[in-house]
Amino acid sequence: MAQVDQAGKPGPTTTHITISDGALIPDKGEGSFFSAWRISFFGALGLVVLLPVLSPDPYLNILRFLPDGILRTFQVTLISIFFSLIIGLITGLGRISRNVFINRLATVYVEVIRGIPLLVQLFYIYFALGRFLSLDRMVAAILAMSVCYGAYMGEIFRAGIQSIPKGQMEAALALGMSRRQALQLVILPQTMKIILPPIGNEFIALLKDSSLVSIVAVSDLLRRGREYAATTFQYFEAYTMVALIYLVFTLFFSKLVALMEERLDHSGR
Amino acid sequence: MADRIRITNVSKSFRTVEAVRNASLTVQTGQVVLIIGPSGSGKSTLLRCVNRLETATSGEIWIDDQLVTDPKGNIRQIREEVGMVFQNFNLFPHLTALQNIALSPRKVKGIPRAQAEERARVLLTRVGLAEKEDSYPDQLSGGQQQRVAIARALAMDPKVMLFDEPTSALDPEMIKEVLDVMLSLAAEGMTMLVVSHEMGFARAAADLVVFMDQGEIIETGTPEQLFDSPKEERTRRFLKHIL
Ligand SMILES: Nc1ncnc2c1ncn2[C@@H]1O[C@H](COP(=O)(O)OP(=O)(O)OP(=O)(O)O)[C@@H](O)[C@H]1O
Ligand SMILES: [Mg+2]
Repeated sequence: MAQVDQAGKPGPTTTHITISDGALIPDKGEGSFFSAWRISFFGALGLVVLLPVLSPDPYLNILRFLPDGILRTFQVTLISIFFSLIIGLITGLGRISRNVFINRLATVYVEVIRGIPLLVQLFYIYFALGRFLSLDRMVAAILAMSVCYGAYMGEIFRAGIQSIPKGQMEAALALGMSRRQALQLVILPQTMKIILPPIGNEFIALLKDSSLVSIVAVSDLLRRGREYAATTFQYFEAYTMVALIYLVFTLFFSKLVALMEERLDHSGR
Repeated sequence: MADRIRITNVSKSFRTVEAVRNASLTVQTGQVVLIIGPSGSGKSTLLRCVNRLETATSGEIWIDDQLVTDPKGNIRQIREEVGMVFQNFNLFPHLTALQNIALSPRKVKGIPRAQAEERARVLLTRVGLAEKEDSYPDQLSGGQQQRVAIARALAMDPKVMLFDEPTSALDPEMIKEVLDVMLSLAAEGMTMLVVSHEMGFARAAADLVVFMDQGEIIETGTPEQLFDSPKEERTRRFLKHIL
């Protein structure tokens, strides 16, 4: 899924990793006032503000009901991203390891996890494993998200590390560094810059996928919307607000990732 | 004079290609030895076997009393004493010139930062780049980058320097500044093994010139012998090409 391309030399060499099936990232070229991003973002934001103003019942009530869920959604997302980054770094290093056992282990993990839908993994950890170890639903949710996204992060780390020209490792080794030192001091610092945008994309994807945890009764944004709808039977209104709020957040973060990508492109290092 | 590098019957194969075939070569302390030959003749491979960036398939390489080709040997310790300069410089792009030079002394030798940076400044001055210490590689010209790369290798106080076509990625007007640094190194008695086709440098600094073709060392001699009266037909043909 991660594809790597390197721009021409000489001068500042910039390397991108683009994730083809990630979130919608605005194009740099789309600078016009009526860009698709602006229409969607300000449209959604406008509705989130206007609907409660124009029609406080039920929209203001819904808006008052949701913040707990928004907090929970971000809590799940941020904690899961944190652990998936750690798992991803370890997996990425494992994928390039010359130790056959470690290499296979990391590769099998990636293959297995990527082959199972996240929802199934979530069910598996919460309900199936729940028979043996009774996990708190938040813990189960975060575990499932971290383990799943860790595999994708692992591929990003691997692609990032492998996009660094071979000469960098050789120069470091020739100076007497160990492979470990070379990775830590030379390769990974360069990798970080390259993988920041794809990691941003994964963050957005995870933010959206975190809505799956509502199924194991974690009261995230979606779950709160559903709870509201279930008591008031205002399904249309409740889910409209939920959808708009997701949209505002994902579009906002997409823009942030795009800006970050642009800045990294221009800074050259 | 003592032998510094002793290469005996070294071969190196990559799957189907035999890149180096039964090469033997001795470089004495303080000598400058130049390797020439057509593209694909195994020059880089032979050079890279000397610090084990490539592992020789057979044969032995000694640096002083250390056996480089010993699979159980401490290759890192040997590499500390063998500097290498690459065709594409391979500076670390996320570090300034000064940091590039000071990194390895700090992390490999454990020299305190202040001391390593002070030494790095001395080396930068020596390669004529004192005012560039805070520049990142992409802010330097090719010639300047290569001089920083030489300073970076020298920072480990190597007793041998390997150069793999150090000037062939450079614009013509920058070649001299790099060769001048190499000439001064040679004059100070550094032992150097250099893959290059710079005839001027060869005549000015080389004690020996080695001609390789198809993985084999075909002929070895002083620059005068090899360039002016080569013994082998293949050497003659190659020289006609590049002169
Ligand atoms: N890592 C490798 N894997 C497979 N084959 C290789 C590898 N490195 C070199 N070779 C092959 O070994 C042979 C010698 O290559 P080498 O780079 O040593 O030649 P060279 O004399 O340095 O050439 P050039 O002047 O083009 O740099 C070539 O046929 C090359 O294709
Ligand atoms: Mg070569």
